[in-house]
Amino acid sequence: MLVPEHLGKDVLRRAGLAVPQGALASSPEEAARSAAELGGRVVLKALIPAGKRGKSGGILFADTPSQARAAAAQLIGKTIGGHHVGRLLVERAVPIERELYCAILNDPASASPLVLFSNEGGMDIEELNARAPEKIARHSVDIRHGLERAAAHELCGDDRIADVLVRLYEQFIALDCELLEINPLAMDTAGNPYLLDCKMNIDDSARPRQADFFALVERDAGPDGTALEQRARELGLYYIELEGDVGILANGAGLTMTTIDAVAHNGGNPANFLEIGGEAYTKATVALELMLSNPRVKSVLVNFCGAFARTDVMAEGVVAAYETLKPEIPFSFSIHGTGEERAIALVRERLGIEPHDVMDDAVRAAIAAARRAPEAAKT
Amino acid sequence: MIVRRGDGVLVQGITGKQATFWSEKMVACGSRIMAGSSPGKAGREVNGIPVYGSAAEAAREHALEVSVLFTPPLATKAAVLDALGAGIKTIVVLAEHIPVHDVMTFLAEARDAGAQVIGPNTAGLVTPGETSIGIMPGHARNIFVPGRIGVISRSGSLGTLIALNVVRAGRGQSAFIGLGGDPIVGTTTLEALHALNADERTDAVIVVGELGGEMEEQAAEFIATMRKPVIAFIAGRTAPPGRRMGHAGAIVHGDRGSGESKVRALQAAGAHVLDTPSGVGAALEAALAS
Repeated sequence: MLVPEHLGKDVLRRAGLAVPQGALASSPEEAARSAAELGGRVVLKALIPAGKRGKSGGILFADTPSQARAAAAQLIGKTIGGHHVGRLLVERAVPIERELYCAILNDPASASPLVLFSNEGGMDIEELNARAPEKIARHSVDIRHGLERAAAHELCGDDRIADVLVRLYEQFIALDCELLEINPLAMDTAGNPYLLDCKMNIDDSARPRQADFFALVERDAGPDGTALEQRARELGLYYIELEGDVGILANGAGLTMTTIDAVAHNGGNPANFLEIGGEAYTKATVALELMLSNPRVKSVLVNFCGAFARTDVMAEGVVAAYETLKPEIPFSFSIHGTGEERAIALVRERLGIEPHDVMDDAVRAAIAAARRAPEAAKT
Repeated sequence: MIVRRGDGVLVQGITGKQATFWSEKMVACGSRIMAGSSPGKAGREVNGIPVYGSAAEAAREHALEVSVLFTPPLATKAAVLDALGAGIKTIVVLAEHIPVHDVMTFLAEARDAGAQVIGPNTAGLVTPGETSIGIMPGHARNIFVPGRIGVISRSGSLGTLIALNVVRAGRGQSAFIGLGGDPIVGTTTLEALHALNADERTDAVIVVGELGGEMEEQAAEFIATMRKPVIAFIAGRTAPPGRRMGHAGAIVHGDRGSGESKVRALQAAGAHVLDTPSGVGAALEAALAS
């Protein structure tokens, strides 16, 4: 989960890292008041979960409260990087001499945390990486020992920055981060480092042991996604709404993606990603109810291939939902794997539908049914 | 990571409902389950299998080559360390949603111990006709039969579909290796390819990948040197790009990780990339005819 900038910064400030003082503002008046309280030059940053804010005009400076009011009026309500700007972070501006870059992330290739550092931070870090990758130093950390100070010093060659890296690493571990990126890490004219930005992603799998922090972030950021996606999360289902008309229910992420690909490959339009794999395989009834509450769905494709997930249990769930809701749209099935004899018999006997033997045939049948649907509605 | 009939197996977390269900299936597939473990449950029996309080205790009484973990996500790190301490060299981790920092910690310990971790979030390992370790339907005769095709898959459900299509093509599998769907796993596509390339009972390999990570791209260079034919299927080719991991993600991964990036890398290495899992049979015929 992405942590909003101001919450990430709050945590880092409490951990003793140098983060400029700041406050949230949802209106030009609040921005002016915060600017007055902070005193002097301030920076106003659009609070949106997108990168490249500087380049897209999401960061403005103000020397007086009235300038801050005007800048806030310019930012609030704007759309930047596809995100509506509702709130700003107003911070005391730091006199910057140079901008550095640092990040820590979970690196699959080394199966360890990887620290990145560059003396040339700021807006063009990816461009720097393309042009001169040797200017971004990398260090894999043995997670059992942590980031040792000597290693941090070797990365950046500076005592004060090494302190910052070690403390950032401690927070990266303490909060179960997937990513903690500071760009820029700014040096003021006296050589003091300041954390001017904070991009923090925390590991969703760590939610049980980071429950308070997750709750804090969710209270702040508000619900994410469409109404149906929010409902799905409450039900413990993984659902993504797409634009098309073929509703898809499958088990396991790999098979669900494959089903979506197959629909697109055959010229159809998937209406959703919805998987009930793993421990969620018993949730077919609520999953189907959720999918059918999307009015764009004109046909349903059920593709089960049971390993751990038993197809007979999933088919029972589908049959139960079907008998309750009595949907008037056509269903196509492909069922293989654990429990398939009983699953196929259930669908055949209770719904009067013959599952397809080959997945691609079920896919094509579902697409054809969705195409026929508008004609049927007209007559 | 190719498991054999004679391998002594430990089931960690055996007293749970799923472990009880699946240990019976595994035994039906030929697995030699010697013992189970579950903290505080020593002295019990599950399906006639003796239960110990830890892997270390079980290892004192039995010769154990493989452990399969049915432990809950937050208890898994301790269970892997227990298995490593017991000297077990192949550790199959089924749980999904293990915090990544825990995974990196036990993988570092496994590396030092010279042990191979499969997973996390894997459906397991199957050698048809010999043994099945995990939650794959190794007992289903329409999905797994002994043969000479090796299957490597990140996904259990999709791997099952591919295995089914191998059987429908009139062939069978030499081994199924489930890598797991997590971003960081103990056994990579490349390592599994090395194992199957060296396996005398394997004539061709099917790689079942999905978008995310770089394992398929990293395996491409080796695929180009292999004599055995490689067939691949990549799930998620039409998926929209996932969330960006800041600039750091772009710096470390570049444009690798998308379904199309994997398809390009595999095709360039000479692998036959399928458009649909149903194409397995025809691709095998073409590959093995020459």
